[in-house]
Amino acid sequence: MVAQRVRAARPRARTVAQTWSGVAAVLLLAEVAARTGLLPRRYFPPVTEMFAELGRQTTETSFWSAVGQTLQGWALGLGIAAAFAVPIGMLLGTSAVRYRAFRVIIEFLRPIPSVALVPLAILVYGVGLESKVFLAAFAAFWPLLIQTLYGMQDVDPVALDTARVFRLGRVERLTRVVLPGAVPYVATGLRISSSVALILAVTAELVIGSPGLGREINAARVGGATDLLYALIIVTGLLGWVLNALFAAGERRVLHWHPSQRGAR
Amino acid sequence: MLDVSGLSKTYGEGERVTHAIAELSFSVAEGEFVCVVGPSGCGKTTLLRCMAGLLAPTSGRVTLRGHVVDGPPEQIGFVFQEYSRSLMPWLSLRDNIALPLRHKALGRDERNRLVEDAVESVGLTGFMDHYPWELSGGMQQRVAIARALAYQPEILLMDEPFASVDAQTRADLEDLVLRVRTAYGVTVVFVTHDIDEAVYLGDRVVVLTPPPTAVQEVLPVGLPEPRDQVETKELPEFAHLRAHIFRSIKRKQPDAPDLPTPT
Ligand SMILES: Nc1ncnc2c1ncn2[C@@H]1O[C@H](COP(=O)(O)OP(=O)(O)OP(=O)(O)O)[C@@H](O)[C@H]1O
Ligand SMILES: [Mg+2]
Repeated sequence: MVAQRVRAARPRARTVAQTWSGVAAVLLLAEVAARTGLLPRRYFPPVTEMFAELGRQTTETSFWSAVGQTLQGWALGLGIAAAFAVPIGMLLGTSAVRYRAFRVIIEFLRPIPSVALVPLAILVYGVGLESKVFLAAFAAFWPLLIQTLYGMQDVDPVALDTARVFRLGRVERLTRVVLPGAVPYVATGLRISSSVALILAVTAELVIGSPGLGREINAARVGGATDLLYALIIVTGLLGWVLNALFAAGERRVLHWHPSQRGAR
Repeated sequence: MLDVSGLSKTYGEGERVTHAIAELSFSVAEGEFVCVVGPSGCGKTTLLRCMAGLLAPTSGRVTLRGHVVDGPPEQIGFVFQEYSRSLMPWLSLRDNIALPLRHKALGRDERNRLVEDAVESVGLTGFMDHYPWELSGGMQQRVAIARALAYQPEILLMDEPFASVDAQTRADLEDLVLRVRTAYGVTVVFVTHDIDEAVYLGDRVVVLTPPPTAVQEVLPVGLPEPRDQVETKELPEFAHLRAHIFRSIKRKQPDAPDLPTPT
């Protein structure tokens, strides 16, 4: 048992090393390029200084409240999107008639870039949190709706026949046969929608000036604080990465039975 | 009890039309074990799905005790040919087998007992909390059989249920089905392409022709009960019957030489 652990640990250590060696190389290259003047210092400070600024920021309460405001927009936007998209997807996905009736509307609304709704959002909701949430929710709604629809339609016909021949009731058929099969799709939809909601939250802060990381980034540009500008950009990237990792971990737990996750138990 | 009369089934239309079943009639008596044999693609699955009320026939009808079957009747249990797709990968064996029992008016103990008995009879005790995809193909097939048994149907429709198990397991499962049938008096319609299996199991064998599919003949088996894997298969009547069915199917094929028809 112990011997096995050790043997399993070594390749793992190696993959971790491989993963980070690429990151280290890029960071080092950027640092050298900035220090040697290969990149103009005014627009591209050395990486170490960006991270030093980031370190300083983590001690500021204003920084954390900006992070909190962005996350708030993300969470509310994604939550509202999910609260609508999943039930609507279930309703439309279980009936060909309903699907046909609403398909054109969906196909029309879906390609609208959410950013095009910024003026409308300002008009209706002003420049605060509500606008941000509205934009994030609108953008996050579509991937989740489409994934839920696909999931409801991609049920194995043999599984459906099994439900019919053993005379499962409507509720049982839905909760035990149709929905579990749709969960992988909904999970993927959630992960995509989460990224989209974060992007739109930051966009709203940048464009409208709702409080949050996006507005801080704009302020840093206006104030000529290039280090801070980069530090904040790095933070938005880290946020996206952490949220994605959380969703992936959630998927692994919920979908332990799914072919894509079976090895991971 | 279960009557198939003038049944025909056509899939698709225009260029892509398939006449799966030309015309079929036969009946199954209460408590009888009827085997249906026929070459691959002759419409055995189609027939069984029509009998289960899963598929509407193009013409003709299936009646169960005089009532036309137009949807799955509650007396029928089914073992699908695509057994692995009929098991839910997100449910453990226990939950898969209990799935059709949940809406029956049974106490929790009663339900557990049915599930456990069924699992024991197919020899999978100890795998109760496994998921179907953690089992081999043959084991999955046994789960599908256990699910149908636990459902306690009056009529069991089985579509090539032993196609992917080894010879020994197959023999065991054949005897299991025979035992269950005697113990509960279930009526069984059993589809197979294996002539030996059909003769060994059946009270009667319905032989189907290659497409366009019709009934070639219906053969009473009349071998002594209980059947025994060794003794029954040694009987001259057994050899006789299987040879007869072989010839019967072969005669229908265009390239087969003409043989005198036995009467
Ligand atoms: N859903 C379908 N749509 C169109 N054609 C079908 C469909 N299902 C079956 N067929 C056709 O009907 C014919 C009979 O198919 P069926 O599955 O009933 O055969 P089978 O006797 O069960 O074969 P096997 O022994 O290989 O399982 C085949 O020609 C097949 O192509
Ligand atoms: Mg078949």
